[in-house]
Formats: sequence, C-alpha cells, structure tokens
Amino acid sequence: MSETLIRAKKVSVGYGDNVILRQIDFEVAEGDFVCVVGPNGAGKSTLIKTILGLIKPHSGRVELCSGLTNSELGYMPQGMQFDTDFPASVEEVVMSGSLGRMRWRPFYGQKERELMKESLRKLRISKLQKRGFAELSGGQRQKVLLARALMASRRVLFLDEPSNNLDYKSKADFYALLKRLNAEEKLTIVMITHDVDVHDLIGNKVLALRDGGVWLGETAQYLEKIHEHC
Amino acid sequence: MNIAEMLSFEFMQNALVAGGALAFVAALLGVCLVLRRNSMIGDGLSHAGFAAFALATVFGFLPLPFALILVAVLSTVVLRLSKNKNGDAAVAVLSAASLAIGTFAISVKQGVNVDINSYLFGSVLAVSRGEAILAVVLVVLVGAVFILCYHRIFALTFDEKFARTVGVKVGLYDVIFAVICSLVIVLGMRLLGALLISALIVFPALTAMRLVGTFRSIVVTSAIISIVTFCVGLFLSYAMSAPVGSTIVIVDLVVFASACAIKKLS
Repeated sequence: MSETLIRAKKVSVGYGDNVILRQIDFEVAEGDFVCVVGPNGAGKSTLIKTILGLIKPHSGRVELCSGLTNSELGYMPQGMQFDTDFPASVEEVVMSGSLGRMRWRPFYGQKERELMKESLRKLRISKLQKRGFAELSGGQRQKVLLARALMASRRVLFLDEPSNNLDYKSKADFYALLKRLNAEEKLTIVMITHDVDVHDLIGNKVLALRDGGVWLGETAQYLEKIHEHC
Repeated sequence: MNIAEMLSFEFMQNALVAGGALAFVAALLGVCLVLRRNSMIGDGLSHAGFAAFALATVFGFLPLPFALILVAVLSTVVLRLSKNKNGDAAVAVLSAASLAIGTFAISVKQGVNVDINSYLFGSVLAVSRGEAILAVVLVVLVGAVFILCYHRIFALTFDEKFARTVGVKVGLYDVIFAVICSLVIVLGMRLLGALLISALIVFPALTAMRLVGTFRSIVVTSAIISIVTFCVGLFLSYAMSAPVGSTIVIVDLVVFASACAIKKLS
C-alpha cells in the first residue's frame, strides 16, 4: 500500500460565494496517475487551484501528507495564458521552477543549474536549452513548461489540460512522456483532461466531478461505468 | 560642437549624471512594464506626479516627499487594477483626472508662481548638484533591489500564476515594484516632464526587444540603449539649442525605428 500524499476532507470549493463542489473527500497516493474529468464548469481547475493553495476552500481542508510541502507541488497551468511571444530562453523559463526551494536566496546556484539540466534531460529536450521559448512549437513549449514544473517538484505534478492546443502527434508524444515519468521516476501526477475522449484517460485512476460531487476509482471501473450509461 | 566646452558647465554635468542615472533605472523598469502590457502606466503615474506637485505647492507640503508617497500609493492601486480587464481604463482615468486636478489647483490658488511648463516638459538643465546626487542614490538603490529580485521579477513577469504556486510572495513584489515605479517616475518628471517620461520607460525596452531574444539580454541591452540615447539627445539639444526632452525622445524614436528596420531586414 503506497503512502497517501494528498487528502481532501469534506472540502467545499468555489469562487467567491459560488460553491461548485460540496463536502468532497478523496485521497491521492504516491505513484498515482489521476485524471480529473468533468464537464465545463464542474470545478476541475478550481479544485486543483484549491489543492495548490491558490484559492482557499470554503470549508473543510486539504492535507498534504508524508512530509509534502506546498512549495514542493509542481504545477503546469492551463493553455498559454501568458504571452507566447515573451522573450525568454528555455533555460530562463525552466530555472524559474526552482524559486520555491530558494527561499530568500537571490541567485541560482550550481545545484539549480544541475537540476535544470537534469529536468531537460529527463524530457529529452536538452538541445533546446539555449533556444528562445517564443520560437518553439506548441509541443516543445509544453515540454519546457513540464520541465519547469519538474524543477518545483520531483514528487507531485499538477497539469491543467496540458494537451490543449497540441496536434495529435504531439499529444501522443506528450502523453507517452507523462506515462514514462510516472512509471520510471515514480512521479505522482494529477492531470485535468477533457472527458469527451477516453484516450485521454491515460492514468491508473479517474477523479470524476459531476453535480457538485466526486467519484474516485480505477480507470477500468470508470470506463465500465460509462459503458453502462451508454 | 565642442563636447569639452559643454561638459565644463556644472549644470550640464548635473544633467548628465542625473539623467544618465534615471535613464538606466527607467530602462530596467520599462522592460517589466512593457512585458506586462503596462506601458501606459508610466504616463498615467507621471500625470499623477504632476497633480501631486501642484497640490503640494498649493497646500504648502514638501513637494518631493508628498509626490513620492502619493504616487507610490496610486501606483500600487493602478498596478493592481491593471491585472483586471479594465486596467487600461483605470490608467486613462488617472491620467486625465490628475492633469485636471493639477492645473485646477494651480490656477485657483492666486499668487502662486508655478511654472506648469517645467512640470509638463521637464527642466533637466535646472537640476542641482543635490538632485544629481539624489538620482545617483536612487540608481544604486533601485539597481540593487532589481538585481536581488531579478529572478523573481522574471518569474512574475513571465507567468504570475506559476510564480505564486512555487511560493513567490507576489503581493510583496508588487508593492516593491510599485514603489520603484513611483521613485523613478517622480524624479524622472523633473528631467523630461510628465508628458515625456513615459518615453524613457518604453522606448529602450521596445528597441531592445527588436534586437535580442532573452530576458536577460533585453534588460542589459535596454539599459545600454537608454543611457546612450539620453547622452546623445542631451548633446544634440545643446548643439542645436533645442528643447532637451523632445530631442531625447526623438533620438529614442529614431533608434527604435532603426531597430524595427533591422529586424525586418534580417
């Protein structure tokens, strides 16, 4: 039995006065690959942001267990919400992932540099290190943002619809990469995805959000459940 | 033109030192403001600075401290508002309202002899030795803060949401940034005036962005461009007996246009 990393206890989340998910309970264990599914507005992103501590829960709480701390959570936000023509090198972008571990230290050290190179190597994008972020393809950019998230955490990674804006081939490539990180590096992954396509359910578990509640179980069970409804 | 002769005047030395120093910090600030799509904030805050100076004169407050505090408060508010969709409207309201309040305050108060022209268009040649030293102190201060916060500033400018998740104190850096903005803008008004200070902030950054591609190289390049264009503008204005502020801005414009052309051709 693997250790629990994140435990939600009777958590209600939402924006402002608007509660989207009511009194939900679930746990994420070390080594899990959880796909979070649900219709638009079901609260997928809001839930992730609550776990990350970006939004306060309305009630209940999210516990980080097994020595996990908030600054150790890796996060890859949805889509390209920031300027895609922002002048930055891949190196600069990836290094910024290590700010959490630096506390008040102003400059990166040798250790951060090595971690950056290691992250790039793991994702097999070492050759992009000196390139400009703006000149990369969509698939390459996603990998760079994944490398940045990996700098922040080697234990848990949150991804918000990472396959948006990716063509079919880049998406397959990106998913293969996530599966490899989960299997080989024992990285725990929580990924928001569209629930329209079962091919997106690449993890071992599914957290389905619907009508203010949640369902958590094995992916196979979830697929069976969907088939029954069809 | 005799540069040695020009530099023998004390007011020219003061202008060069104070202006070069301010051009440097304005460029650092400009990179962040332009990349955050906040280019107009320099303009809005400089108008607020004008209103602050006018109110201080009318009510008998010490002009510089009063303006610094008021502009620091306003820049914190405006930078926060600019994260919303209506940020550009907030800046427009600030600009117009400040200009109106400033001119109104000065004209209502009879017997106050204030040169509105010098607030609007600057008076770099009237900078005293003391103000030149103040500008240098400002540069050391802002430069040190910028270098120490450099990586956080990059992370915040590139992707604020991510920076927040890795534990960067976004609120704190926002305030630091707003205070730096107000320091640079209030002192910068003295040189170029309220109407032209925003040029000192946006042009070097925009020019550098046409020439180089990484954040670090843009910061360095824009600082160099800013200082060089300031000096060239000052010399030209002396040689041609032209207004200092507008000459500097025209030099900036020419350099920017050249950089655009170089980018197109390459």
